[in-house]
Amino acid sequence: MEFPEGLKYTKEHEWVLVEDNIATVGITDYAQQELGDIVYVELPEVGEKIVKDDPFGAVESVKAVSDLYAPVSGTVLEFNDALPETPETINEDPYGDGWMIKVEMSDLDELKDLMDAEEYAEYVQQQKEEEEEEEEDEEEEE
Amino acid sequence: MVEFAGWQMPVQYRGIIEEHLAVRQKAGLFDVSHMGEIEIRGPGALAFAQRLTANDISRLRPGQAQYNLLLNEDGGVVDDVVFHRLADERYLVCVNAANSDKDFDWLRAHAGGDAEVINRSSDYAQLALQGPLAESLLQPLTAAALQSLGHFHFCFAAVAEIPCLVARTGYTGEDGFELYCEPDRAESLWTRLLESGAARGLVPAGLGARDTLRLERALPLYGHELDAATSPLEAGLSWVVKFDKGPFLGRERLLKQREKGVERKLVGLELTGPGIARSHCPIFKNDRRVGVVTSGTRSPTLKKSIALAYVESREAAVDNTLEVEIRGRKVPGRVVKLPFYHR
Repeated sequence: MEFPEGLKYTKEHEWVLVEDNIATVGITDYAQQELGDIVYVELPEVGEKIVKDDPFGAVESVKAVSDLYAPVSGTVLEFNDALPETPETINEDPYGDGWMIKVEMSDLDELKDLMDAEEYAEYVQQQKEEEEEEEEDEEEEE
Repeated sequence: MVEFAGWQMPVQYRGIIEEHLAVRQKAGLFDVSHMGEIEIRGPGALAFAQRLTANDISRLRPGQAQYNLLLNEDGGVVDDVVFHRLADERYLVCVNAANSDKDFDWLRAHAGGDAEVINRSSDYAQLALQGPLAESLLQPLTAAALQSLGHFHFCFAAVAEIPCLVARTGYTGEDGFELYCEPDRAESLWTRLLESGAARGLVPAGLGARDTLRLERALPLYGHELDAATSPLEAGLSWVVKFDKGPFLGRERLLKQREKGVERKLVGLELTGPGIARSHCPIFKNDRRVGVVTSGTRSPTLKKSIALAYVESREAAVDNTLEVEIRGRKVPGRVVKLPFYHR
């Protein structure tokens, strides 16, 4: 699993590429693997205001729907209009052609709350261990 | 892995869509050992089973299987099951995992002196080999003449030297077999089947693909399309209810329903706008709520957004346009003929 250096990451498994006051947002390799085959994506329109930690859209795999949480606050400048037709791009290239929105950030301080690649890799490792422990607990209960 | 009815179940191996398409085009192997098995036996077995079910079990000869419904007094569905007539006075009923204890208690509570009910769930593991290549993949591993084993027939045969009940049944809408064997032989059977079939495209398939496959074929899933408050006439299962077979639990209520007509019906929906309808999404006609979605997905075969839903009977006509509310947004759809997919 890959977590490119130079990106910022959230606990909700979004990545953020920061260029000046513009943030490009997508979901991580871990997120796309956990979701499985992505078959639908719902993104905000250009000009829409999004608020940090609030849902700004949704992705659906065959089995489930997941909200997308805004990693930063701001105004949507652009959304990836190829995704509604080819949502599988998110599985295939989560950090490249699978990008979702570009946001003009309204508060650069919010970036402090995000993780770097190393911190996110540790966080994912923790999540996986917790998941495994849960499964073991369930097995013991049987 | 997910928890399902107390079992750890694989949702997917390589990916739901890939597994789904493999079953439609070649073959997939499912571990469905979670399914329950209940035996009914004794001189009174047939009469007893007839009283508690909708279909006519007297039509079954040994070696035949039948889709059937356990009904309650109100004509609601306790479970949807498959009866296998093992011998003159012995039936093996394959039941839903989540319902197996409930079914067993239900049957026991209604059993008379000359019909015995035995929970055999822990005596059987079950593998389902499904897909157009199923027969040709299974034949090299067994001496049974599979070509002459008809749909909803079964036989006892060794598969890869493992004693099995081999039934030509399934839950995918494809040709295929369900193999019942002793639990401690199941892993070996699984491995032998996969080793033997992998080169021809056989893949392991999980619960996720099982759900999308059955949904395309509009096969009901208990807890979604069926429950204790839903009648078979609402669920599009009138063909299962044999009113002429004699008295059975729920018959009077269902007769009344048949005379008066049902208030809601199970329909197929195809969304014409973007989005995927999921269980519990409300359905509207001109801003009036007329129904609810019971199952929905993006169909891997048809590449369309499909759903099963209960709607008021007057809204159930094919081509009627309706709206499904998905996360606060109304998405247009239309009623389509079921099943969505037929081989």
